[in-house]
Amino acid sequence: MIGNVRETWLALTQSPLLWLLLTLLVYQGAELLYRRTRSLPLLNPVLVSIVAIVALLLATGTPYSVYFDGAQFIHFLLGPATVALAIPLYTHFARLKQMLIPLAGALLVGSTAAILSAVALGKLLGVSSLTLLSLTPKSITTPIAMGVSEQVGGQPSLTAVFVILTGIVGAMLAKELLELVGIRESSIRGFAIGLSAHGIGTARAFQIDEEAGAFSGLALGLNGALTALLVPLLVRLLGLR
Amino acid sequence: MLRALTVLLLFQLVGEILSRVLDIPIPGPVIGMLLLLLMLLRRGHVSAALTATAQTLLGYLALLFVPAGVGVMAHFALLQDEWLAILLILVGSTIITLLATACTMRLLLTLMRR
Repeated sequence: MIGNVRETWLALTQSPLLWLLLTLLVYQGAELLYRRTRSLPLLNPVLVSIVAIVALLLATGTPYSVYFDGAQFIHFLLGPATVALAIPLYTHFARLKQMLIPLAGALLVGSTAAILSAVALGKLLGVSSLTLLSLTPKSITTPIAMGVSEQVGGQPSLTAVFVILTGIVGAMLAKELLELVGIRESSIRGFAIGLSAHGIGTARAFQIDEEAGAFSGLALGLNGALTALLVPLLVRLLGLR
Repeated sequence: MLRALTVLLLFQLVGEILSRVLDIPIPGPVIGMLLLLLMLLRRGHVSAALTATAQTLLGYLALLFVPAGVGVMAHFALLQDEWLAILLILVGSTIITLLATACTMRLLLTLMRR
């Protein structure tokens, strides 16, 4: 009987079913907790889910590759979900077109601010040059950020950590921070969140409303492209390498 | 639903192919999003099924980041002794970026309304 239980457990921990189901359960629990606490920023569902699952993996000695065998079914949907951002963009396209100049200006200023503020704070706090270079593309979506990091001599896997952390920080802070300075328009909120905190921020923007989500998705795409151009340029101009 | 999902995957595939063939640093799904937007603008309407599927997927966008996030946190040791400085930089820089973007956009919108 005892041996049987152990065997079953061992088989389960090696199968995709357990970790797929666990990810779904943990996330729903985290969402419930978030709603119960009236959206307490510190209890951001993505952050809580990640921390809980990492703790479970460590406690059961499960390697990430085994976990990902199950979780990959969820991960895969990121691709079609990104493509699906085209639909809210299309729905709000008339408004986007009216705002072309404000959007372009905000993109240019925001993108530059994201890179330069990271470099300035990094210099101020005296981090290593590898860390500093890996920090420069932190506000953009992971696949672009890792490519940029490699190009300027950073460490792509370190950049991936910074990107995810930035996304979580942005998702936690954005709504309250922008409310504090009196910005309530969904379009502005969404654009600022997507520019600063890529996809994880965009997920948060969709929780505000669909318009915020649409503008966030737009900012994610535009800033991804602009940062890929700006980082190598600024790194050379500032003589960081 | 099935047709809508097929459309999304098809655009992702075309995006992946273009990203590789043209060797541009923009990920396939982002190119796929742009192409789908262009197609919708050309056609001038979007089907109810595509709208519904997009809403469902995007409603769970936060969940979709969990598996990759777990992987990244397994790399947490990379941060080593600089973790506090890094945390301060990320929080500070994100606050500055959010404010710079939002205030610029607000300013330009106000100027244009005049």
